[in-house]
Amino acid sequence: MDERRLREVALTSDEYRVIVEQLKRAPNEVELGMLGVLWSEHCSYKSSKALLRRLPSTGPGVVQGPGENAGAVEIGQGWSAVFKIESHNHPSAIEPYQGAATGVGGIIRDVIAMGARPIALLDSLRFGPLPESSRHFDGVVAGIGGYGNCIGIPTVAGEVYFEDCYANNPLVNAMCVGLVRTDELMRARAEGKGNSLMLVGADTGRDGIHGASFASLELDENSAERRPAVQVGNPFLEKCLLEACMDLAHTDAVVAIQDLGAAGLTSAVAECAGRTAGAGARIDVAMVPRRERGMTPYDVMLSESQERMLVVVRRGREREVESIFQAWDLTSAMIGEVTDDGQLTVLDAGDEVARLPVTLLTDGAPLRRLVGFAPEPAYGLAVEELPPLVDAGATLLKLLNSPNLASRRGIFRRYDHMVGDSTVIAPGGDAAMLRVKGTRLGLAVTTDCNARYCHLDPHLGAQLAVAEAARNIIATGARPLAVTDCLNFANPDRPEVYWELEEAVQGLAYACRSLELPVVSGNVSLYNDSNGASAIWPTPVVGMVGVIEDYGRRLSAGLRTEGDFVLLIGSSHNDLGGSEYVKVEHGQVAGRPPALDLTRERAAHRVVLAAAQSGYLHSAHDCAEGGMLVALAECCLLGGMGVRCPGLRPEPPLRLDAAFFGESPSRFIVTVPSRAMPEVQSLARRHNVELSLLGLAGGEHLEFEGQLKVSLRDLREAWEVMVT
Amino acid sequence: MKFGVVVFPGTWSDRDCGWVVDQVLGQELVYLWHKDADLKGCDCVILPGGFAYGDYLRTGAIARFAPVMDRVGDFADRGGLVWGICNGFQVLCEAGLLPGALIRNASLEFRCEWTHLSVERTDIAFTSRCDEGEILRIPISHGEGSYFADPATLSRLEQRGQVVFRYCDEQGRTVPSANPNGSLHNIAGIVNARGNVLGMMPHPERCAEAELGGVDGLKLFRSVAEGALKVLVS
Repeated sequence: MDERRLREVALTSDEYRVIVEQLKRAPNEVELGMLGVLWSEHCSYKSSKALLRRLPSTGPGVVQGPGENAGAVEIGQGWSAVFKIESHNHPSAIEPYQGAATGVGGIIRDVIAMGARPIALLDSLRFGPLPESSRHFDGVVAGIGGYGNCIGIPTVAGEVYFEDCYANNPLVNAMCVGLVRTDELMRARAEGKGNSLMLVGADTGRDGIHGASFASLELDENSAERRPAVQVGNPFLEKCLLEACMDLAHTDAVVAIQDLGAAGLTSAVAECAGRTAGAGARIDVAMVPRRERGMTPYDVMLSESQERMLVVVRRGREREVESIFQAWDLTSAMIGEVTDDGQLTVLDAGDEVARLPVTLLTDGAPLRRLVGFAPEPAYGLAVEELPPLVDAGATLLKLLNSPNLASRRGIFRRYDHMVGDSTVIAPGGDAAMLRVKGTRLGLAVTTDCNARYCHLDPHLGAQLAVAEAARNIIATGARPLAVTDCLNFANPDRPEVYWELEEAVQGLAYACRSLELPVVSGNVSLYNDSNGASAIWPTPVVGMVGVIEDYGRRLSAGLRTEGDFVLLIGSSHNDLGGSEYVKVEHGQVAGRPPALDLTRERAAHRVVLAAAQSGYLHSAHDCAEGGMLVALAECCLLGGMGVRCPGLRPEPPLRLDAAFFGESPSRFIVTVPSRAMPEVQSLARRHNVELSLLGLAGGEHLEFEGQLKVSLRDLREAWEVMVT
Repeated sequence: MKFGVVVFPGTWSDRDCGWVVDQVLGQELVYLWHKDADLKGCDCVILPGGFAYGDYLRTGAIARFAPVMDRVGDFADRGGLVWGICNGFQVLCEAGLLPGALIRNASLEFRCEWTHLSVERTDIAFTSRCDEGEILRIPISHGEGSYFADPATLSRLEQRGQVVFRYCDEQGRTVPSANPNGSLHNIAGIVNARGNVLGMMPHPERCAEAELGGVDGLKLFRSVAEGALKVLVS
């Protein structure tokens, strides 16, 4: 086989040999293309599958684990939350606006395919520093808004970080959350021989051919030529598709709905058939509505045109389905049927052009056995050698003004975060919260990952990401339920990168097991390198959902009532390794990330949740990057209220800089009315969690007597630097 | 009182408006499909927010040709209450039921945030429960909400008192810093000369319950529900 041709379809010669062995013949051109896309890393997970099995995916609330279009967990009163996070990194590097927009469009369709109505979007973003990376940044933010605002699903949360390692490889991870009645949850399984396969939505063009393969390669100087592999989004069409699918889900005419994403029709049909043992499918590409002439069967099978869905329709009910799509002015076409021969047969006007076993397509890719080596740990930080804190107030302002900590208002006000009349906690605090209309249930949603920690220690960093996501949920008064993860890594063929991947997955698994959080869906994005040189930091993004039984008891981060006691829950240590403080004030990315004790973490969660449920708390906020003082400043800024504290006298060996800016995990800042203090104190004692009184809410300044006194106005001026 | 909420393909505030009418206000609700040439006997037609037909050409430019819009025009001519919110305001301008146009925000960016509005007319159905000069807190969510009209139209609007809402600060001052999109004269909403067709960019349906951050929007829905008949009779 021609090496060049194999490279074009991203197959290795070993893989080609396996194909010939299995088929007992050489594949034809169409078959080769189909196998190439489905065996790409993006679709087959051949480098990560073995590792992913280590993640816990079951639990009492899990309605749907990994393997479907999205995962689902029960949230109460007959409702389930359906959610998934997915990367669109490579397309966004080449064409930021469309890359991000179609990333949003794709993840929405995954949720729709489960029969759920999407109610929220989140985006976890990483860029190189501004202004150099402003083309990526502006394009991605505009693309997310362009799609989400138009389709009418609120973008409620997410994160944005700026680090050098993302300058060539920005990360765009989009998460969608939907709601469905648990008994109406759909699964994309091609069941029932003779049932019809209908393709609905957009016509098929040549856009995005080889997109999945492209996403499985490193970027290089020729990547710009890959622009045709980036698709163009049409959020209006997807809005119509969404409404039509919602109408459809309420009939019993359909067996399944499947999104057409990476690897287009090939993947949709194969996956759908692959989920039912022994099922196959026969389709005729001549029946596929096209948007351009002269398309070959190869083009049709590999096209990644957006806004398309495959619907498995009960035989004889096709007209019903057609009329639903017609009402939304959408085309639908009968393209084939479900069979029971386990083969995916592709015809072109009746002539067979491809015939492959479904299992060869979906599960045939040989798993890659990669080797991981730990790199030399070269990131020491001698905390004792750091000069003592000079001016805590000035350092605080510097931190608030830094790109990773400054207010994100300039970004999220470009997203419609209110449409749907459900956003009861808006972006800007910890997790966002959506109410479930017709009930008192509130659904808290967040994404998190401190990649600097993961860079310094991937195992610990991944655990810290899970813990912080959980704290974000807890800080709203909700109980964390389940996780979706997006594993963004560099080229795993390099042993130190594979080691990072292994370590991070282990860390995720350990933290998720300890906190009893199943991972119900996820995505892996590898090869985030450029020219083999600049590699991203390991970035295992954690998406999490949680529930509160009565959203009337929800908490937000801002200080609310003058005179409230401001408390720090959890204990502080000299955790300056990998901190924002050490980077911003001392210019170093070094040290060991904060140690995490998941038992203590759980104990802190229990205290905050119990206090919140009993109505003792007026506000709660997670302590994260920038430490206690930055968290406290955020409480002031979000509440528009100051706080007055006596000078901090940390007990040795705790340093003053670590007490203010150290990033010890498992900590919250809460406010409590004085009358509830005894109860909160006894709760903390019962769970053996440290609790310290910082000061009293009120006034126009953030003050620690004798140490710092900064006005709210100065805090705001520093913090809102990104708002243009 | 029966509210009709128009649904174009690409409309997304239909369900939010419907929720307020039906669940918060307890009034009768009917959705009006863009292909329908029938208003189903409703007393007030709401043209809600969204991106009708994708708004790929110009906001509202296609929607004005929808069959339902002929009926909405007739209904307005007969004095029926027509309320355009966000995209609905843009459609009303394109349809010639209100003067002027909505152009791209001066920031050239989409904006979703809370704004303050000063109420300048209270003798119309939509604001009958408000006090003159009252300050309402209602969010916006648009990329093309900058109100524009030629000088003659603008001065006619001002002379006849057709400006209903103006962006202002918390103290009610209509200063440039309170203008989120560059609208001329800080205009956030206008009414036709007869007083039965209102267009506004802010979204009252997003603040009709305290848990969503405010209830000022409900005042407008209540005004319509309770004040409509009075205006129709006069």
